[in-house]
Amino acid sequence: MEQIVLSIIRKYGSDANRLMDMLIDLQEQFGYISRQAVALLAHNLGLSQVDVEQTITFYHFLSTKPRGKYAIYLNNSAVAYMFGRQAIKEAFEKEVGIAFGQVTDDGLIGLFDTACIGMNDQEPAAIINNKVFTRLTPYRVKEIVRHMRQGLSLDELVNESYGDGKNQHPQLKAMVSSNIRRKGMILSDLYSMGKVTKEILPGMSPEAVIAEIKHSHIRGRGGAGFPTGFKWEFCRRAKGAKHYVVCNADEGEPGTFKDRVILTEKPELVFEGMAIAGYAIGGDEGILYLRYEYRYMKNYLESVLQHMRDEKLLGSNIAGIEGFNFDIRIQFGAGAYVCGEESALLESLEGKRGEPRDKPPFPVEKGYLGQPTIINNVETFATAVRIIENGGEWFTQFGTEDSTGTKILSISGDCMFPGVYEVNWGFNVEDMLDMVGAYDVQAVQVGGPSGTLIGPAEFHRTLGYSDLSTGGSMIIFGKQRNLLKDVVLNFMEFFIDESCGSCSTCRNMPQVMRNKLLKILKGKGVTSDLADLQNWGKVLHASRCGLGQTAANPIVSSLKNFRHLYEDLLQKDVEFDQGFDLETSVQGSCKYVGRIPKFHNH
Amino acid sequence: MANLIKFKIDGRECMAEAGTYIVEAARQNGIFIPTLCNMKGLHPKGACRICTVRINGRLMTSCTTPVTDGIEIESESADITELRKSIIELLFVSGNHFCPSCEKSGNCELQALGYLYQMMVPRYPYDFPLKDVDASSPKIIKDQNRCILCKRCIKSIKDENGRSFFAFHSRGNHLEVVLDEELAANMTDELAELAMNNCPVGSILVKEKGFATPIGKRKFDNQPIGSEIEG
Repeated sequence: MEQIVLSIIRKYGSDANRLMDMLIDLQEQFGYISRQAVALLAHNLGLSQVDVEQTITFYHFLSTKPRGKYAIYLNNSAVAYMFGRQAIKEAFEKEVGIAFGQVTDDGLIGLFDTACIGMNDQEPAAIINNKVFTRLTPYRVKEIVRHMRQGLSLDELVNESYGDGKNQHPQLKAMVSSNIRRKGMILSDLYSMGKVTKEILPGMSPEAVIAEIKHSHIRGRGGAGFPTGFKWEFCRRAKGAKHYVVCNADEGEPGTFKDRVILTEKPELVFEGMAIAGYAIGGDEGILYLRYEYRYMKNYLESVLQHMRDEKLLGSNIAGIEGFNFDIRIQFGAGAYVCGEESALLESLEGKRGEPRDKPPFPVEKGYLGQPTIINNVETFATAVRIIENGGEWFTQFGTEDSTGTKILSISGDCMFPGVYEVNWGFNVEDMLDMVGAYDVQAVQVGGPSGTLIGPAEFHRTLGYSDLSTGGSMIIFGKQRNLLKDVVLNFMEFFIDESCGSCSTCRNMPQVMRNKLLKILKGKGVTSDLADLQNWGKVLHASRCGLGQTAANPIVSSLKNFRHLYEDLLQKDVEFDQGFDLETSVQGSCKYVGRIPKFHNH
Repeated sequence: MANLIKFKIDGRECMAEAGTYIVEAARQNGIFIPTLCNMKGLHPKGACRICTVRINGRLMTSCTTPVTDGIEIESESADITELRKSIIELLFVSGNHFCPSCEKSGNCELQALGYLYQMMVPRYPYDFPLKDVDASSPKIIKDQNRCILCKRCIKSIKDENGRSFFAFHSRGNHLEVVLDEELAANMTDELAELAMNNCPVGSILVKEKGFATPIGKRKFDNQPIGSEIEG
């Protein structure tokens, strides 16, 4: 044990900035990170033990207690529930004989909930020892558990065919489906690896690359929409010993899975885009920050990187350009939605808790290890290649004036054909619903839980940075869904689980509001509760990062657009209700003192 | 002083050295902006959000934002004051703060801000969370009921090798500040005292030290917090 821990520490140069890699390796090797391992890490990295533990306890997939030989993580997103998650959960509990959150006494199987794993178009889905099992049914659950008990290997647990497209690649062999339903410039088959780097880049200066990106008016595809060209320019101009290119592949917004599809089907496009960005900003190191849920892609993506090195698209003097050196490594997260926030991502990259940083300074000035860094979304890098290939001017013909180009949407929920659709910006919601075969639609969640919930009265609105801005998550809810109970409450729980806890506002307010929503759902609500929810949500605007600032959005936006659903649940002619039942509340103390609670008027 | 710049807080003309954090620049100009997590000499981390001000329509924490030439800062408008009061109330309901029995009563910055912002009963329901008291280390009691997770102890209490005695544990509303067992075993009296004094509330207490100063002689017994700045 000690030797293994020490060899893992040495593997990463005894560098505390690589703590995440060490912890992930230990977790995979032993199924948990023991006290002894923590002590060894602390002593060898010059940290206190609590300092090591504060990183471990921040991440969902790291644990100081054994998680079982088979650790089963069942997705608990709202869409998973819509497609039968409850039955799957019950089947697992029945077959394994334990509740979620527990591990069997023999240490064989552990059952855990986990937030959206990026499989909303093939739910219910679970991750078992880094392998994704999609479209689960109670029968399959029984079979999987039986096979685990029989001692079958992880590969032998799979009896489904592999998914479509590159999911069948020998290095991937995933049950996952890409479900590409509509192709545009990014998902197009016309891309030929290395063409831009070898044929076009040698004739362009870094400044010319940035000028072309600026001319295209492309804005960040992760959701925030910052103009990419300016970001690259600021970074190029910033002084630093080294400049870094980071690709944000932490797509954790429930309902989004398009980065998973891009990285499966067009990883070369993304890596080539990162190299072009490295050329533009003068950086020679790129890092793909990939969410741990996509750990199953590790070998595949590494084989792609190796292939690109072999083709001289990564390495030294790329494309014969003197001094154009660039390579990419993959850094995994370990289960934290907030790490999709760029400065939290940087903290995580440095082996720490993913707590967002205060801005200014911005990452383009002080990013990874304090050096100028650009952080762009997977889709942004992929798009950049097509812009350099065809020119910024060409790009502006797609989309609208303020939102140029295409957007890949991850569409899930109540529709005939969930999957990814690449459309021009400016697409309206009504057309989108017709495109995916969605009928009797009650509501659409645009941009995931941090976005907005709209009803039919707003389906004429268009997708774009000036109207309905979205990182790509589109979740459709049919008339049969209970929006407040099955959707809004689920989203609030998500934000409560995923808050880093650093800001007082985001640590506390979502829970206060969730409790108020529960009060209303229990039929204890009164009119003033709605005004409270509306006002209290504003406190979150004072939070440091986007997660905190939008953590009340599920309630605030549903209250705005579906107020009648709340009003229908309120008590009539009651002005005040403390929201709890006295009799139930004092039951515990009454039991201790041997009294029987008796209340009149009850 | 080199490179003095002009700026305004609530319309008042102020001056400070460029790059000074707003909260400090305000102090130099006799204006109090409330803080809980901020502490002189420590790198700021806008955690408590109480020092929030508005600049160009955007909410910013004044402990982490440097002054720049000509900026206009809104600090005591009705809605910002209400925001700060809300945050204080949130901190009260999300912990278990029983001022009358607390060793830090009168020296507590959270309590003092509660008075300053005239908090009566919090508008939010009390959460009454179950929290631990850790008295296992020889010198210190760490009471999670009163912790507001400001990070001051984490950043300021280190050993000679720069290792932290305190660290966060878990995340979100399960977040706690915990004490390192190994380091705490050899904590000096001076460091224990410093940890208690740096804590804005009564979450870190040195054993056998409570109530040393009688009521009436404690820091905020006779004058409200911030009065030393605003005079």
